Amino acid sequence: MIHSLFLVNASGDIFLEKHWKSVVSRSVCDYFFEAVERATEPENVPPVIPTPHHCLINVLRQRVYFVAVIQSEVPPLFVIEFLHRVVDTFQDYFGVCTEAAVKDNVVVVYELLEEMLDNGFPLATESNILKELIKPPTILRTVVNTITGSTNVGEQLPTGQLSVVPWRRTGVKYTNNEAYFDVVEEIDAIIDKSGSTITAEIQGVIDACVKLTGMPDLTLSFMNPRLLDDVSFHPCVRFKRWEAERILSFVPPDGNFRLLSYHVSSQNLVAIPVYVKHNISFREGSSQGRFELTLGPKQTMGKAVESVLVSSQLPRGVLNANLSPSQGTYTFDPVTKLLSWDVGKINPQKLPSLKGSMSLQTGASKPDENPTINLQFKIQQLAVSGLKVNRLDMYGEKYKPFKGIKYMTKAGKFQVRT
Amino acid sequence: MSASSAFSDDKAGSASEPEYGHDPASGGIFSSDYKRHDDLKEMLDSNKDSLKLEAMKRIVAMIARGKNTSDLFPAVVKNVACKNIEDPNQLIRASALRVLSSIRVTIIVPIMMLAIKEAASDMSPYVRKTAAHAIPKLHSLDPEQKDQLIEVIEKLLADKTTLVAGSVVMAFEEVCPDRIDLIHKNYRKLCNLLIDVEEWGQVVIINMLTRYARTQFLNPNINESLLEDSSEKAFYASDDEEDEDKKAEAAALVKRKPYVMDPDHRLLLRNTKPLLQSRNAAVVMAVAQLYFHLAPKAEVGIIAKALVRLMRSHSEVQYVVLQNVATMTIKRRGMFEPYLKSFYIRSTDPTQIKILKLEVLTNLANETNISTILREFQTYIKSMDKDFVAASIQAIGRCATNIGEVRDTCLNGLVQLLSNRDELVVAESVVVIKKLLQMQPEQHSDIIKHMAKLIDNIQVPMARASILWLIGEYCEHVPKIAPDVLRKMAKTFTNEEDIVKLQIINLAAKLYLTNSKQTKLLTQYVLNLAKYDQNYDIRDRARFIRQLIVPTDKSGALSKYAKKLFLALKPAPVLESPFKDRDHFQLGSLSHLLNAKAGGYQELPEWPESAPDPSVRNVEIPDWSKCTSRKDRKEKKLDKPFYSDSEGDSGPTESADSESDSGSGSESASASDESGSGSESEESGEETESEKEEEDEEKEKKRKKRLDKTKAKKPAEESAERCTIAPSGSIKMYELLHRITGEGLAVEYCFSRQPFSPDPNMVAVQIQFTNNTNSETKNLHIEEPRLQSGMRIREFAEIEVLAAGESVTVVMGIDFCDSTQAANFQLCTHTRKFFVSIQPPVGELMTPVFLTENDFKKEQGKLMGMNEISEKLTLGEKCVNEHVIVERVTATANLSRVPCGSDKECRFAGKTVSSGCLVLVTVTTKEGGRAQLTVNCEKMVIGTMLVKDIMQALSQ
Repeated sequence: MIHSLFLVNASGDIFLEKHWKSVVSRSVCDYFFEAVERATEPENVPPVIPTPHHCLINVLRQRVYFVAVIQSEVPPLFVIEFLHRVVDTFQDYFGVCTEAAVKDNVVVVYELLEEMLDNGFPLATESNILKELIKPPTILRTVVNTITGSTNVGEQLPTGQLSVVPWRRTGVKYTNNEAYFDVVEEIDAIIDKSGSTITAEIQGVIDACVKLTGMPDLTLSFMNPRLLDDVSFHPCVRFKRWEAERILSFVPPDGNFRLLSYHVSSQNLVAIPVYVKHNISFREGSSQGRFELTLGPKQTMGKAVESVLVSSQLPRGVLNANLSPSQGTYTFDPVTKLLSWDVGKINPQKLPSLKGSMSLQTGASKPDENPTINLQFKIQQLAVSGLKVNRLDMYGEKYKPFKGIKYMTKAGKFQVRT
Repeated sequence: MSASSAFSDDKAGSASEPEYGHDPASGGIFSSDYKRHDDLKEMLDSNKDSLKLEAMKRIVAMIARGKNTSDLFPAVVKNVACKNIEDPNQLIRASALRVLSSIRVTIIVPIMMLAIKEAASDMSPYVRKTAAHAIPKLHSLDPEQKDQLIEVIEKLLADKTTLVAGSVVMAFEEVCPDRIDLIHKNYRKLCNLLIDVEEWGQVVIINMLTRYARTQFLNPNINESLLEDSSEKAFYASDDEEDEDKKAEAAALVKRKPYVMDPDHRLLLRNTKPLLQSRNAAVVMAVAQLYFHLAPKAEVGIIAKALVRLMRSHSEVQYVVLQNVATMTIKRRGMFEPYLKSFYIRSTDPTQIKILKLEVLTNLANETNISTILREFQTYIKSMDKDFVAASIQAIGRCATNIGEVRDTCLNGLVQLLSNRDELVVAESVVVIKKLLQMQPEQHSDIIKHMAKLIDNIQVPMARASILWLIGEYCEHVPKIAPDVLRKMAKTFTNEEDIVKLQIINLAAKLYLTNSKQTKLLTQYVLNLAKYDQNYDIRDRARFIRQLIVPTDKSGALSKYAKKLFLALKPAPVLESPFKDRDHFQLGSLSHLLNAKAGGYQELPEWPESAPDPSVRNVEIPDWSKCTSRKDRKEKKLDKPFYSDSEGDSGPTESADSESDSGSGSESASASDESGSGSESEESGEETESEKEEEDEEKEKKRKKRLDKTKAKKPAEESAERCTIAPSGSIKMYELLHRITGEGLAVEYCFSRQPFSPDPNMVAVQIQFTNNTNSETKNLHIEEPRLQSGMRIREFAEIEVLAAGESVTVVMGIDFCDSTQAANFQLCTHTRKFFVSIQPPVGELMTPVFLTENDFKKEQGKLMGMNEISEKLTLGEKCVNEHVIVERVTATANLSRVPCGSDKECRFAGKTVSSGCLVLVTVTTKEGGRAQLTVNCEKMVIGTMLVKDIMQALSQ
């Protein structure tokens, strides 16, 4: 399946390689570099690149390319999904998955890669099994290791691999037993020029942080489970129970995990919490353009809209922008032509606005294109779909855990066309 | 130093030090080296640990000196790894095998083979999993071991644990993917295990089963695909052809038997469906391709939602999913139409994603949605991403060719783009307009004129070439402009790109043929220029054209036909999706993505004409007791009738009977066929007669009848024994204790649907004991019920003696508290105790209530809102009339029918046994086999489960 893996940084250096079968020469990456060169943007590098003898499948995460070398037929998504799982594991271990982090922990990285794939086929990808095998690095352990020359390889045998619930290790103990759930919903929307919604969808996830002793069996029920149109589960969720009763019943993994991601049925109208009034215009024959932008709250259910960030790619013809914000700060990069405005919180009494002029290249004709405006925002304590958790019960253990649920709404891919 | 001294000296390592210090280049050392290695080998092979240790020490010392000791390798490996392979701890055994199998040296092949064989029969499933992982490693190291490895694979395929399943199928795919025959016996097991296998294994298994299913089952869309073909042909074929075709197809259609899906095919579809909810994109894609390649057309739609969900994932995932969606939309456009808006493009999408989305949108366009799509495309044209704009223009062109209604609108839009400031946009528009005009040039001479003017400004070669071709082709529509364009072009000829030059020559030739008076000199000038061009294609073309069109005495016969050659009517181009016909590759595969066969790709076979024998998948003794989860067990029970339909298989229902029958000594040929009735003593004379008649009939018919009879007769015989019980209709028997696990005692139960007289709040469960042993079984009774809180049980009176070969039936009552939780208890005989559990289907938790139509409506009015669950469904092929619907619903749930005025509606009423909550069911049929099912019940859980069960019953 997966033959080798190369890690390539943004400047095109291979800084780590790992082979699971025979060694494949680094020169195979030349085809990859060619493809990178051909693509104008890093994101436009084709994920699958055929070469005469191999096939390269790559993913880009945090400015690092993970390039897997494939020699024969394998579903491309299998490899892509696995590579992302590798990155997630690194992030779990080192906090971030940058070139520096990988280089700092090169021993652990190799140990992890060795355990995750056996002869190119995934072996242990569950984070809790891996953590049993290889201890995540801490400052103390690193110091001890350098002095004593020991490694992060766990002392105990990884019994988790044998368990029927491979995502949870046995013998977990906490003094404070707590289970927190975050319901996070993202609004994906395209708003057209006139302010009407072209498409709007809500995608949500429930992320959990569960620190419970022993083998707890949890059930989570919703007030309105019918809202959930399409769901995908962590493997711990009992699917049949959900099918029959619309109740999430599961033995949770230890620590942080994504319990559920869902899509809210498209029949429901989506509340759009923010409106944008805009006037971006260029006059024929003039080297000036007008830029006006006002934001306002709309259907926020009484909650404050926070952490608002506006960004827009202005046409190439724009030389500079001279704008004044009523609140927050803005930046304009004359090279990439990227305008971004950090608004902060929207105050309904005094709507934030950004006004001013743009200077165009002299002699250039008025740009044809209209920039789109991308919006980011957050609304605390609100799940915009109206989803509500009814109750959380625990079976199988005697103690009383501390339970908490938090709701949040965010902008996903939220675009306003002008 | 002599070998013997080394043997005797405990500190030989240090004593022999000087010896190793010798000059390695001297010949003597080399020869003695060999000898010494033999000694070391001997030491390693010996039984004494001290000798082995000594040898190892010396080898390490040699390695430290940089000596080559590789010929000792197998001997060392044997000692190091093999020790651990016998370790009592399974994890150490597994790791040892993993290490051993990762050594890529041919010399250890025999050791590896042995280790794999041993591990394959290890007690621990984890070690067996590691053995499966080692198989492809050994195979790549030494392909000659293939036959032996296949034996191991065969053995591991029979493994019943989820841990092994994924890994062994992976090994199967790598070593012997063509040995489909190894799968037969394991097919059902793999289907049932699938949901509990780890995610990577699921992908491999699903892909393999897709291929398997293509060889073993019939095309579920066989009748539809015929119809589809005919309509497609009718579109292209001329009239008389069409008639013949139709006749032939009609004949073919008549010949076709009605399609019935193999229950195993259904099993696969049913068991993979929940995996669409997986968090792993590869698993979702694997299920999606399975449905695309195997499911009946009506069911494929369910994958669309899951695939659309994947579009929220990383851009690499999106890229692969969109490629597959693009292929799917060509064959099955309908299923993605509801998700049209999910493919709308955002300015932040990477260009490659944008272009793929555009492809999907274009494929989805039809008469009804084209106006929305075109409006969307219009905004795309204003994007800053020029590659994307060009692709959008092409997409508009494709929509225009595919949908006649909007052709003019599109053309107008594109013409407007000709005045765009961006040259790329204009150029792309010209190319697309050219293709569109070719379809109906007569009406558009003004557009051609407009484009002729553009030639002064447009610099993009492809666009210039397109304009020139257009003017040449339709020069008769623009007789005044065309020669002038040629004049201009002649002037700039030398500076043009090659494709433009070729088109100038073309234009000249065409004008010469139609309007030689004005253009003769120009043409000659152009041809002269071309004659001395640097590019030989252009020189060739010029020479060729001159010979054809300029009449000389030497010119051949062809010049007469020059006009016909150049001005022939050209067929309009077909703008096709690049994803057309990609589906001959298995979707989701690397080959599909690359549109080229990748190494090791297994072709997806075509459906067979007639299905191979399905009995190959029968398993000798199905081990039902092993299944872990409650739900699984239930499902398997539902499958029972499918499996027991064929001979040789011992479906639990019949196994008991056939056993007892062989004891009664009826003739062997018909023994298995008529076992169901053979041994029963209460048999009436009529039945015996009918049996004799049957003996002359075909085997298959017999078997069917027998099945029906067993069903019908059992209740009859039971009623003879216990007059309180009079079961209605056909009742499904469930197994409580299999005769194998029960050591000869077989126990079955059914829900008799009779009121349980001692306690009206209990469900009556009728239990039948059959003693298949040769001795008496005594003191049959129940002990230690373990029940959920609130549940109660009323045991049956102890059965004192059950003689060999006899059966007895008793009734017990269970109050399930209106839940489908299982009642667990121990079944005890005088010698043994068995843990058993009874789990009721939701439909058995109720009892009929007789209501009038008005009462029904009144009660239904009280149970609205949260208490009402309503689902749409498509009725199964066999649910043709009301009668069947009533039969199916009442078979699923213990309800009674409520009279109803409308023939479109069937109503049923009942109440739960334990708490007496009303359960109201309404089935409203609509046209085209669609129906709506409504359940009103205060207990929402019961309502939801009932809806599911009835849906399943009606859609089968």
